[in-house]
Amino acid sequence: MKPTRIRGRIWVLTGPDGQMYNDVDTDMIFHNRHLHITNLAEMGQHALGNLKGWEDFAQKCRPGDIILAGANFGAGSSRQQAVDCFRALGIAALIAESFGAIYKRNAINSGFPILTLPGLSQMAGEFKSGDELEVDFETGRLGLNGEREYQAEPFSRVQMDIYQAGDLFAYGKTLET
Amino acid sequence: MPGQTVIEKIIQAHSDEEAAPGRIVWMELDVRTARDFAGANVVQNYRTHYGNSPVADASKTFFTFDCVVPAKTIPYASNQHLCRLWAREQGIRVYDVDAGIGSHVAIEEGLAYPGCTFVGTDSHLNILGAIGAFGQGMGDQDIAFAFKTGKTWFEVPPTMQVVIKGELHPPCTARDLTLAVLRELGSSGALGKAVEFTGPAIEALDLAGRITLASQITEMGGIIGFVPPSKEVLAFCRERAGREVSGVYADPDAEYCQVVEVDISNLEPLVACPPSPANVRPVRELAGTRIDSVFLGSCTNGRFEDFVAVAEVVKGEHIAPWVTASVVPATRQVYARLLREGVLETLFEAGFIVSNPGCGGCASGQIGMTGQGEVQVSTSNRNFPGKQGAGETYLASPLTAAWAALRGEIVVPG
Ligand code: SF4
Repeated sequence: MKPTRIRGRIWVLTGPDGQMYNDVDTDMIFHNRHLHITNLAEMGQHALGNLKGWEDFAQKCRPGDIILAGANFGAGSSRQQAVDCFRALGIAALIAESFGAIYKRNAINSGFPILTLPGLSQMAGEFKSGDELEVDFETGRLGLNGEREYQAEPFSRVQMDIYQAGDLFAYGKTLET
Repeated sequence: MPGQTVIEKIIQAHSDEEAAPGRIVWMELDVRTARDFAGANVVQNYRTHYGNSPVADASKTFFTFDCVVPAKTIPYASNQHLCRLWAREQGIRVYDVDAGIGSHVAIEEGLAYPGCTFVGTDSHLNILGAIGAFGQGMGDQDIAFAFKTGKTWFEVPPTMQVVIKGELHPPCTARDLTLAVLRELGSSGALGKAVEFTGPAIEALDLAGRITLASQITEMGGIIGFVPPSKEVLAFCRERAGREVSGVYADPDAEYCQVVEVDISNLEPLVACPPSPANVRPVRELAGTRIDSVFLGSCTNGRFEDFVAVAEVVKGEHIAPWVTASVVPATRQVYARLLREGVLETLFEAGFIVSNPGCGGCASGQIGMTGQGEVQVSTSNRNFPGKQGAGETYLASPLTAAWAALRGEIVVPG
């Protein structure tokens, strides 16, 4: 069984104005000039490489970190690399106010933990990069620095089934008799 | 528990989890398909992850070739053949390059029926909402998984209701009604939502008209649009599916996230101008625009009734000398009936190019593209820049297109 409760350092995706970025599209997450890359490890180097102020994200993050993002994260194209680049860096979870529909599908299918926290961008001031966040996938409960609590949407059964199996295809194998 | 909408009921009947809007649930799939586009990728994904193991149920799994039929390049031909060979290994039926548009074949062959769940690699599979079925296009990984397991996961969308006020009168057709809805909702008015249509004009639509309406939900950003099946539609589906079918209808107390009214009592023929299907204007305002070509067909207006409407206009006449016009029936069955009833002859005599069934002018320019500066009137479903070539495409009803072909310019039909 994979852990359903994690604890990690957060990165709050804010822009130069200090506000949380909304509508971060797949070109900002993983630019199309890198689409030829097929090696997972290499993909990580380009994560957020086209988002102003976050070009050096791959250098500063470490495995187990958690990303907080605004509304409609992952809008745009259907590229799987926009999810895989975070997996490659060992990012433990991605929490956003909302996700682009295809991005959500890709993330869930690849067993990458994502959670929706409604109203996140209004509360953005309460979170600082470097804070410690505890995340419970099963209940959706978030604990900030052991002080404050928030309620995100918990994993659905689908999400948990796929997460525990590894990815969508691995889940399919668990159904074989 | 509050009442349920159509999509909630259909998903509920195929899942053991509560199908409430916003919830992601596992659902059983009655039918899973792949078309020639992305079909070979489905096979590759399947082989990589599941080797030679059999699909969950070959009798519920199909290939439908419709995009590039017959294949016009070697890579297309090779991909189609890869699918054929794998289908033989697996015992899966292929509706081959002669069959026609997959979603239409599914309705005609009774593979899809009211209340069923149906997925494939065609992004316009939500057209099955025309018979009150759940259809959805998905990526090649999702479809490979569906082939293997017979299920998929889906986030239950909220449902909006579109109430049509008034009745449809000639020369307005189902396509003009559809354009009126597009004008009201715009290209993202139904974003992420299921749509349910209601009103006397909706009840009066024949199957072809229902297909036209359902085929344009994607252009409004919607997940799927449901037209509640009429007695005639149910009888048709019962006969085609060879089984008892019953329609799925919303509960009277179902919860809608939004209700939109569209009044068509003073409707006039409409046209979607470049560069988007939601850029709708009255045909009247464009009257006199000189045109170069006409395309009739696609999953939006490729039915028998659509071509009959055109034939009635052009019978005994000839299209304008500077116009080229082509006709692509949606399916082999449509083609056969047009042939038997002399409609193709009428169109041929009037100067139309008649092509074999399929996606024709819509996908990959199977029956030609438009050139720089060319003005086209088309009954297909999209007019984004580059979609039909380098020219400008106006989307309109078969009737409006027929009159345009005849006169060589856009005119108000009738
Ligand atoms: S006619 Fe066009 S939109 Fe319709 S199924 Fe074919 S390619 Fe897709």
